[in-house]
Amino acid sequence: MTNDLRLVEAIRQALADELARDDSVLVYGEDVGVNGGVFRATRDLYDEFPEQVYDTPLAEAAILGLGVGLGAYGLTPVAEIQFASFAFQGFHQLHQHASRMRSRTRGALSVPMTVRMPYGGGIRALELHSESYEAGYAHVPGVKTVVPANPADAKGLLTSAIRDPDPVVFLEPTKRYRASREAVPEGEHTVPLGEAEVVREGSDVTVVAWGAMLAETREAVDDGDADAEVIDLRTVSPLDSETILESVRKTGRCVVVHEAPRTGGLAAEIIARINDDALYHLEAPVERVTGYDVPFPMFAREEAYRPDAERIRRGIERALSA
Amino acid sequence: MVRERVAEFSVEYVQALDEEGNADEAELPDVSDEQLLELYRLMRLSRRVDERAVALQRRGELGTYAPGIGQEAAQVGSATALKPEGWMVPSFREGAAFLTRGTPIHRLLWYSMGMEEGAEVSGANFPPSIPVGSQSLHAAGVGWGQEITGADEATLTYFGDGATSQGDVAEAMNVAGVLDAHCVFFCQNNQWAISVPRSGQSRAETLAQKAIAAGIEGVQVDGNDVLGVLAVTRDALESAREGDPVLIEAQTYRRSMHTTSDDPRAYRTEEEEAEWEARDPIARFETYLRDEGLLDDEREESIGEEIEELVADEIDRAKEGQEQVVPAEMFDYVFAEAPPELRRQKEEFERTGDDEPASAEGGLPGETEAGGGEVADRDE
Repeated sequence: MTNDLRLVEAIRQALADELARDDSVLVYGEDVGVNGGVFRATRDLYDEFPEQVYDTPLAEAAILGLGVGLGAYGLTPVAEIQFASFAFQGFHQLHQHASRMRSRTRGALSVPMTVRMPYGGGIRALELHSESYEAGYAHVPGVKTVVPANPADAKGLLTSAIRDPDPVVFLEPTKRYRASREAVPEGEHTVPLGEAEVVREGSDVTVVAWGAMLAETREAVDDGDADAEVIDLRTVSPLDSETILESVRKTGRCVVVHEAPRTGGLAAEIIARINDDALYHLEAPVERVTGYDVPFPMFAREEAYRPDAERIRRGIERALSA
Repeated sequence: MVRERVAEFSVEYVQALDEEGNADEAELPDVSDEQLLELYRLMRLSRRVDERAVALQRRGELGTYAPGIGQEAAQVGSATALKPEGWMVPSFREGAAFLTRGTPIHRLLWYSMGMEEGAEVSGANFPPSIPVGSQSLHAAGVGWGQEITGADEATLTYFGDGATSQGDVAEAMNVAGVLDAHCVFFCQNNQWAISVPRSGQSRAETLAQKAIAAGIEGVQVDGNDVLGVLAVTRDALESAREGDPVLIEAQTYRRSMHTTSDDPRAYRTEEEEAEWEARDPIARFETYLRDEGLLDDEREESIGEEIEELVADEIDRAKEGQEQVVPAEMFDYVFAEAPPELRRQKEEFERTGDDEPASAEGGLPGETEAGGGEVADRDE
């Protein structure tokens, strides 16, 4: 049985199910209680689970630092950072404590925290509400970083993240929150962390994307002449190289798409891994279609910044013409 | 065994004009009739800009907007106390303070049209700061610079009640105290941080007392009393110029939404809103000006007409600027001199990019059943 849900509703369902299943699960953050979250991701949870859902003061370091304490103490914190760009106000708690608690105590303590944050642009938001920093999180050992692209995966991946014994940064593509209704399995539904998915099979070129870029990629591929294989990365760290390599060995060509700036972006890591393990299968250099190396512009210029179907199509053409 | 009291603290509350507009002569600042009317005009102007901006946003002509309705006295009073050469370091709801500092209305609107042109500040002003409380440390930096260079100036920074929960604000007040920074920390306690009430931020009886731990002075003022705010901020700035920072907690109220993406009906009562409407800063000041013989119906009307005309002209000017947005300019201000890779990216963008100016519809997606816009998406 499935229900047609929007991505944000699937998130809410995963939270509700996990709160009901395990009373050690705590959902907390700014405006997540009475207000039901600024995107309504926690709507009604405060009324349904009054002992497990909490509004916090406006303090990201506190929200993340509390999670370190709650998690080490044996509870299951599921924190919301209202917008991903404000996680920097608490980044030290993630980087200096949550990520290394297990390794520095040799397993005596761990932090099974999940940190949910809306990220990415295309929503005509205020400054600093649109950044994509998944590569930064992927660069923090000891933290898993997950990015769902569709409602079913949002539910399945978030459920897995909450149950995961280690810290998980769960990046929710804001632009996809209400973009479409799609079938989501009812009841228990988990999607394993660390596994990419081939969402479209093809033979000419492999296109790797995640988050909101999946929709742009599908549009580019559906209208294009090439028979493209599309991979939804789903987890950016740990990176599922094998699924990508297997596809690249078959197609011989690859395009990596991300909304984040180009330099130091995750595409560079993916290309490095292809070079390590599939270089001689390549018929052409791997192409990148990314944001530019500029601070994410305010919304009057954001569509110029964001990769769209047209830019992705051109990337695919470059990969095919070499 | 010794047990003795080693320190005692208290926090004062100041009010010059009460809710009915009655003045306490002892607390009134030294202000000319002309200045009184200018304070009034600026408060009225700011409110009108906010009203028009919210309406423009609802029509899809403006992006997310954070109105300061109800907080005009706090901002106009304090920004008036700051000399032009003194620095202002605002948060994101200081439209009235910007207007008081002479920023043109169209520039404020540009910011809400998603244009960097709107943050292109002039004079001793920082641009709006979105990450809550983070700007207070910048003010500490400017104020420290003023101390180091021996400048007879001070810095005024704004933040809200929510920001007092942020580490940055605690750090800013603490370092400002240690470094004799020329800072006035102006907290507009508007009672709500989106949906979280003042009581959800801190168990402290006053926010002004957060100064005590930093070893600087803290004072509370009726933030809806423009004359009380002006007096208290003047004193604080004078102290700051001598290297003694001050925290002011202005008790006010955010009469409308956090931003146009928010619906306060989800978390607060109409009774509370009505209670604060009765304490409105403009109504109270108007009563005072009439009692003083500085304002009558005719003058009030002509001020209103002037404001209406000015705001209409400025909206037109903002729209003209919006038509002229050049997307490729996003590459032009990243560094003083663009590195080769950035130049390459700009060339590629100009060769292939879409250079059509954008309009400003939308805002943040569906935050409320009513009033929150849905995210437009090409997939639907």
